[in-house]
Amino acid sequence: MAAFFQQVVSGLASGGIYGALALAIVLIHRATGVINFAQGEMAMFSTYIAWTLTTNHGFSYWPAFAVTLLVSFLGGVGIHRAVIRPVERGPQIRVVIITIGLLLLLNGLAFWIWSGEVRAVPSPFPAGTIDIGGVAISWSDIGTIAVCLTSVLVLSAFFRFTKVGLAMRAAAVNPSEARLVGVRVSSMLGLGWGLAAMLGAIAGMLTAPNVFLDPNMMQAVLIYAFAAALLGGIDSPIGAVVGGLILGVGLNLLGTYVDFVGSDLKLPAALLVILGVLLLRPAGLFGKTVVKKV
Amino acid sequence: MSRATIRTLAAFATLAVVVAALPAFVNDFRAQQFAYVGVYLVALTGLNILTGYTGQISLGHGAFMAIGGYTTSILMIDHGVKDVATIPFALVVAGVAGVLFGLPAARLSGLYLALATFGIALATPALIKKFEGFTGGGAGVNLFGTPELTASLTPVRFLGLELNFNNWLYYLCWTVALVGYVVAWLILRGRTGRAFRAVRDSETAAVSSGISLTRTKVLAFGISAAYAGAAGSLFAITTTFVNPDTFPVTLSIFLLVGVVVSGLGSLKGLVAGAIFIQFMPLWSQHVSKSPGAPAVVYGTVLILLILVLPGGASGLIARLQHLTRR
Repeated sequence: MAAFFQQVVSGLASGGIYGALALAIVLIHRATGVINFAQGEMAMFSTYIAWTLTTNHGFSYWPAFAVTLLVSFLGGVGIHRAVIRPVERGPQIRVVIITIGLLLLLNGLAFWIWSGEVRAVPSPFPAGTIDIGGVAISWSDIGTIAVCLTSVLVLSAFFRFTKVGLAMRAAAVNPSEARLVGVRVSSMLGLGWGLAAMLGAIAGMLTAPNVFLDPNMMQAVLIYAFAAALLGGIDSPIGAVVGGLILGVGLNLLGTYVDFVGSDLKLPAALLVILGVLLLRPAGLFGKTVVKKV
Repeated sequence: MSRATIRTLAAFATLAVVVAALPAFVNDFRAQQFAYVGVYLVALTGLNILTGYTGQISLGHGAFMAIGGYTTSILMIDHGVKDVATIPFALVVAGVAGVLFGLPAARLSGLYLALATFGIALATPALIKKFEGFTGGGAGVNLFGTPELTASLTPVRFLGLELNFNNWLYYLCWTVALVGYVVAWLILRGRTGRAFRAVRDSETAAVSSGISLTRTKVLAFGISAAYAGAAGSLFAITTTFVNPDTFPVTLSIFLLVGVVVSGLGSLKGLVAGAIFIQFMPLWSQHVSKSPGAPAVVYGTVLILLILVLPGGASGLIARLQHLTRR
């Protein structure tokens, strides 16, 4: 039974990371109405910035963390301004292709600047485990879960209790009416991209200590984040986080206890489950079915 | 015949002549590269029917190509079927798979469909590796040097011409591509094509004029997957080898990129899209070979293309036609 709970906790930790990146995807989807395929590479790029700050510029971990968040935020706003805004009003697929271009660009840029060498990134959390009722839980799992939950709570407070957060929600839900009441819609959408880039940076920095940093680090995480966002409903921030946690725990248990699945069929199994959920509830677990006006 | 039809036929005849004459002007190695352009043209024609004309984004067409490619390889190696004869099988098997996938997928719309198809593309290599006994697993299936592969050992004589392997591949792929092109044109100009466009432009309006959404979408999926199956079969024959990594996720992504670069909902620019898929990675390497640089070039060119030419190659051609007509 202890082994079972250990799997659950480590599943929650990786699920928290999926959830954070899924939340970033949901934010951009609400702001721009598209899936951002470059989300993972943006997170990877941010993580390299954190790495270079600590390794080459003598920052200690948490200041580097803060600076990276700021740089990522500005980067996200900049990307929106430079390449997304010009095509925002056209068909979705054009924006999707732009984000695919960004994916290639950022991935190549990281290879170019930092080379493909695999780098070890120290964890900000103490090593070792803590014993809770016979279950050994590592500090890094606890830390990861704590950071993910904190960022989600801060973000939902921001959307609920601040004027800017409210304006952002208005701009996403109904751009034309939001504009009528004086919301600067385009800036709000850019802000959405900035926040998403920040969340991605958090997900990246939490992933790096577990898997080593290299330019392809976030690709698998991105796919799980997509799955999490779909599972929860691509328009629902809560859904993204819950979807991430369900996926993290589910995958861990599936890989451990179902022999046929093992580690090589984890991804297809996850995708199959999600496909099933989509067919029964096309809008995901927490999503609302949109009724189209004619 | 209307003037538009005559113009279309003239343009197509020019294309056919250029395609037929090209091997005389390029070396053997280039002929094989252009054979791949033909393969991508088949796949893009199919994908444009689904994404461009019916409005259903698919990020999973690499998976249907894999089905076609593996149908061909298994028939050739395990059952001794000649390569050309496997193409219709690949087409039908992938088409059926497309219909079966289309039935549930017709319920999904927009980006949900994009992500569901992306999932299929992601899962395919892992599934091929898992069912080793049937597919040869990670080691793959080698076709080169088998008697079933035409012209791989001795040149083939065709219409009094002696064709070496690469030239044979070139003509094989382009014959299929041009036939597929004409078939697509015929499908799209009639009743079926109108139904596809109606579904793309407004599902509600399409339903109110008596079009069944499910039937139309499933049909588009089936046709489109059949094209991808034929393309996958040709891909297997041209590379003379298949393994799970022959059909990676990136293939599906590049097909969608190719179709947008061609221009959605028009057959005019497809050749340009196929050329983009085959040659853009090579051109990016010409610019700089240092690690990462080709991807930077590719990504930048792609983003600029979408920003500068939102209608893709077809949009550009249409604009040029508009200018010359005045």
